[in-house]
Amino acid sequence: MRKGPSWFNVVSITLGFVFLYLPILLLVVYSFNESRLVTVWAGFSTKWYGEMLRNQALMDAAWVTVRVALLSASVATVLGTLGAVTLTRFGRFPGRTMFSGMIYAPLVMPDVILGLSLLLMFVAVGLDRGFWTVVLAHTTFTMCYVAVVVQSRLVAFDRDLEEAAMDLGCPPMKTFFLITLPIILPAVVAGWMLAFTLSLDDLVIASFATGPGATTLPMKIYSQVRLGVTPEINAVSTVLIVIVTIGVIIASVTTKRQEVARQKAERMAAAAP
Amino acid sequence: MGQKTLGPVRRSFAPWLDPQAKPLIRFENVTKRFGDFVAVDDLSIDIYEREFFALLGPSGCGKTTLLRMLAGFETPTEGRILLDGKDVSRVPPYRRPVNMMFQSYALFPHMSVEANIAFGLKQDGMPKADIAARVEEMLKLVKLEQFAKRRPHQLSGGQRQRVALARSLAKRPRVLLLDEPLGALDKKLREATQFELTDLQQELGMTFVIVTHDQEEAMTVADRIAVMDHGKMVQVATPSEIYEQPASRYVADFIGDINMIEGRIEASGEGRTRFRSEALGLTADVLDATPIGVGETSWLAIRPEKVSVSHEPPADTSVNAVEGEVWDIGYLGDVSIYHVRLAGGKTIKATRANVTRLIERPITWDDKVWLSWSPDAALVLAA
Ligand SMILES: Nc1ncnc2c1ncn2[C@@H]1O[C@H](COP(=O)(O)OP(=O)(O)O)[C@@H](O)[C@H]1O
Ligand SMILES: [Mg+2]
Repeated sequence: MRKGPSWFNVVSITLGFVFLYLPILLLVVYSFNESRLVTVWAGFSTKWYGEMLRNQALMDAAWVTVRVALLSASVATVLGTLGAVTLTRFGRFPGRTMFSGMIYAPLVMPDVILGLSLLLMFVAVGLDRGFWTVVLAHTTFTMCYVAVVVQSRLVAFDRDLEEAAMDLGCPPMKTFFLITLPIILPAVVAGWMLAFTLSLDDLVIASFATGPGATTLPMKIYSQVRLGVTPEINAVSTVLIVIVTIGVIIASVTTKRQEVARQKAERMAAAAP
Repeated sequence: MGQKTLGPVRRSFAPWLDPQAKPLIRFENVTKRFGDFVAVDDLSIDIYEREFFALLGPSGCGKTTLLRMLAGFETPTEGRILLDGKDVSRVPPYRRPVNMMFQSYALFPHMSVEANIAFGLKQDGMPKADIAARVEEMLKLVKLEQFAKRRPHQLSGGQRQRVALARSLAKRPRVLLLDEPLGALDKKLREATQFELTDLQQELGMTFVIVTHDQEEAMTVADRIAVMDHGKMVQVATPSEIYEQPASRYVADFIGDINMIEGRIEASGEGRTRFRSEALGLTADVLDATPIGVGETSWLAIRPEKVSVSHEPPADTSVNAVEGEVWDIGYLGDVSIYHVRLAGGKTIKATRANVTRLIERPITWDDKVWLSWSPDAALVLAA
């Protein structure tokens, strides 16, 4: 039998990757274009990166976005983790099944509906829309993602570890911080990263929840693109892509490393007498 | 106090016979229900200081539940648990002077061996220097000094088991609870560890309560064994009492191998009982008075190693003897088990020690043989 991929595999993989990455590659390449015209190559230049940094409106939007993402991801991580712990831990309480089902709802709910309902609520309670309403909206929808990620780790968590800690004299709250949290930390961090990136590139929900003076980067890019794509936008987008890529690579490399180190140690231990 | 003095002390160790002795642990009519399911059923036991006590029973009979109630992870639905005379039924696990070694070991994966052992001591707010000294002492006790800095996943199964043991002993608890502590080890290591456990328990002078479904393990380590069945206590006694004087057919069957013959009591009195099985044409004299009434259905129970097999009939063939044919032989190396088929179709097992190296055994398949036993070898059971 012939080893290695068949021509069909090669073609389908190539097509898939081209389809996925060609547009991104084009965007990155054109961010280094000398010309103001996006589609005409006129030589290599980094001038648009300089322009980008000098564009105050763009920088303001970027700063808002980063603050919103940091804040909402952090709050969502705390709330999502607590929710996951409650749903996996506190046995049966009335409505538990409904709650665990409901936590998945925002994952499949269209962003438009989520955004609209949040807007309606903000109006109903008379909240002035702006920076804080965007944070609130992002916290709400990213929290569910965090809860799902953490919950999947918690179901595989060995409850004996918590009982062992309590048996050794550690009260429940302290046990959570000394035992449970350190062990599920990779999942919590992954949840935070997910929430951060989701908040970073959300356009729809932010558009509904925002008000004067709180324009996020995706909103800014979107409004500018409607007037025509500029290489400046390509430059901002490239920076965003680089940030997200670095984040993803760091996350996957560290988890991979841990896994490999653990497996190696386990093999050595098994060989030991 | 050296270990030497403990030997003789040990041999006379039987506080359960002393009516003055106060139990360290007392289960008082304890019942535990999960919904409708009764896991532990109106159970009472006394466990004494420095005792090595085993809870033995088949899987699902409620042993772990009983242990978890003692550790504080479950509260009894009914009844009380007393520790040192105080009711601890509702005291949370982190406030009980009791430590448990988990079946899964439950070692903290993100901490070194050292930190695992120190964990309980830190919770007590012990000074740092004392913690270090105690950890070192514990590592020495379980012979893991050179593994102090390792993480649990860098250890073999046997080493992990010893870390778990050291961790649960570090706080010098009043009682150490062990839930199937050796279940994950292979047979050789398990046997060696059983003896280490008993040595350790005597050296530390602590009270151990062990849960196991392995009767050999219970017999090896324990001062007394409690045999459980469906949440009920069936018999509590020393290993030899359990083996030689089981209280019921359930206990007799669960502990070791035993032949059980159905019949009736023919006569009873003056420390003797006469038993008769019409079906097998067998009459037995048992050196024991029985509370079972004459004529009632009962069972003659006799262990295979107490039945002798020979070609020649015994002097008196009318009692404690029966003829049969060798049906099968199980060769186990140290002993051989003879399955002897009686005229009534019943098979009786008899073991013979293989005292010579002869491959060809004097008694072999299809031989006509006599089975016989002495009056103090068998006992009569009612149910
Ligand atoms: N938390 C629980 N909820 C419901 N049933 C339980 C629970 N814990 C144990 N049981 C049931 O109680 C019975 C006894 O369990 P356990 O004490 O673990 O038995 P053992 O240790 O003797 O094998 C089992 O049938 C088990 O299914
Ligand atoms: Mg069990």
